[in-house]
This record gives sequence, structure tokens and C-alpha cells, in this order.
Amino acid sequence: MNKQNLVALVAGILFGFGLMLSGMANPEKVMNFLDLAGTWDPTLAFVMGGALLISVPAFHFVLKRPSAWTGGRFQLPTRKDIDSRLVAGATIFGIGWGMSGYCPGPALAALSFASASVLMTVVAMLIGMAIHDRLLRLN
Amino acid sequence: MTIIDFTPVTGLLGGLMIGLAAIILLLGSGRIAGVSGVLAGAMGQASAGDRQWRWFFLAGLVIGGLLYLSFNDFQWGAAAATPAWPVLIGALLVGFGTRMGNGCTSGHGICGISRFSVRSVVATLTFMVAGFITVFVARHVIA
Repeated sequence: MNKQNLVALVAGILFGFGLMLSGMANPEKVMNFLDLAGTWDPTLAFVMGGALLISVPAFHFVLKRPSAWTGGRFQLPTRKDIDSRLVAGATIFGIGWGMSGYCPGPALAALSFASASVLMTVVAMLIGMAIHDRLLRLN
Repeated sequence: MTIIDFTPVTGLLGGLMIGLAAIILLLGSGRIAGVSGVLAGAMGQASAGDRQWRWFFLAGLVIGGLLYLSFNDFQWGAAAATPAWPVLIGALLVGFGTRMGNGCTSGHGICGISRFSVRSVVATLTFMVAGFITVFVARHVIA
């Protein structure tokens, strides 16, 4: 296996395990986090806090390096402008997140349940991506 | 407000693992662990030579889930039930919106904020607020 694939596999496994352990892949828990006025579950603030606690300082030092371990350059988004597509896209995503309780990572990690329900949800998400990419011909 | 099901310890531990995964992918391969972006690239948006690692990462997400389930024998109710139409419509909007806004909870919310990207901070605040409002409307206005 080449090094890039190995790095991606290890990162993916840790990521998927973390999503399940944290409860982020449980849509009921996500929707309770978003339900400030009702049954609020503050856990997801700790999930994001835990991730940022180490990623913020680590990114700072990692990005000072000239290149990644496997030799390639860092491939980072370069745009700095706040455009209407960013805000509209994030709004549409947030509405869908509130309706379904799933965001992309947790939906994929939840495929491990081998349930038809999660599979249907992931297919719906992929259809949404395809509609955007085919119809709007953007990105 | 009633606080329920609060599990700060597993939340924090899971969050640390997610953060570590993002660090490994950046330090190891120089790539951003944004799931919607990795997925869109794997499905065809990226050039042919830039797709393979994406499938390894995506497969890892499922393998990580399986590994977790090998220690914990249970299934969340939501994963077992037939998805109601709001879930499917919602998932469709998640797919569409994350492509339009160039990122999701991981790409903007973790990696973007870690780079102090203004676009990612704006996107994260926007989808959080949209999510809070959507659940408020669904549970306390319509229902």
C-alpha cells in the first residue's frame, strides 16, 4: 500500500471510531444538541471542543513545515472571500442537518450498522451532491 | 430547557480522536480531512490520480465504525428505523448544501477553524444557527 493511502486509512479509522464514540453519528443525539429550547444535550460542544483542543495548536506547527511526511505539499483552500454561495450553502446544509440529524462524516461512519435506513440516508445525501454538481456545474 | 443524555467524557475522547485524525491526514499527506470534500472528490470531482487515497479515507470511516461496534454491541434507534421523509429530504439538503458551501462540520468546523479561515468560521456559525432554527421550528413550532 502506498504511504498516502495508508495515512488516509489510519486517519479515516480514527475519525470513524471517534464519530461513533462521541455520539456524533447518532442523529437523535445531534438533534438534541440542536434543541436548545427543549431537550438539550450539550455533548457535541465537547466533541468539537475536544477536536479543536488539539487540532488548533497542531495545525499551527504542522503548517510551518515545508511539506507533509509523504513529501507532498500542503493542499489547502485558498479562497478568503465571503460570497453568497458560501452562506447559502451553509444555510441549506444547516437546515438539512437539523432535519436529518446527519452530517456527511457521521452518516458514512453509521454505515457500519449495516442498516438499510442509514444506506438510504447516505444515498439521499449523494443524490443531493450530484444534483448540485450536475445542475449547477459549479466547482 | 432540560438537559438530557449528557456524555461529556466520551464526547471529549471522541472529539480528541477526530482532531488527531485531522492532524494525521494533514501532517501525513498534506490534505484537509473534510468529509464532504473528500467524498465529492472520490465520486469524480477530483482528477483520477487524486481519488485513491480518498476511498481509503472513506473506507476507514466505516472500518472505524465497525471497530467501535465490535466493542459495543448495540444499535441506535435512528439507525434501525425506516427513515421518515424529513430525514431523507434533510440528507438531500446536506449533500447539496455542503457542495454549495464547500464544506461540512469537519472541513469547515474543525480543519477550517484550525487554520483560522474566515470563510470556515462564517460557514460554521451559519450552519449551526440554521440547525438550531430548524430543530426549533420542527419541534416547537410545527409539532
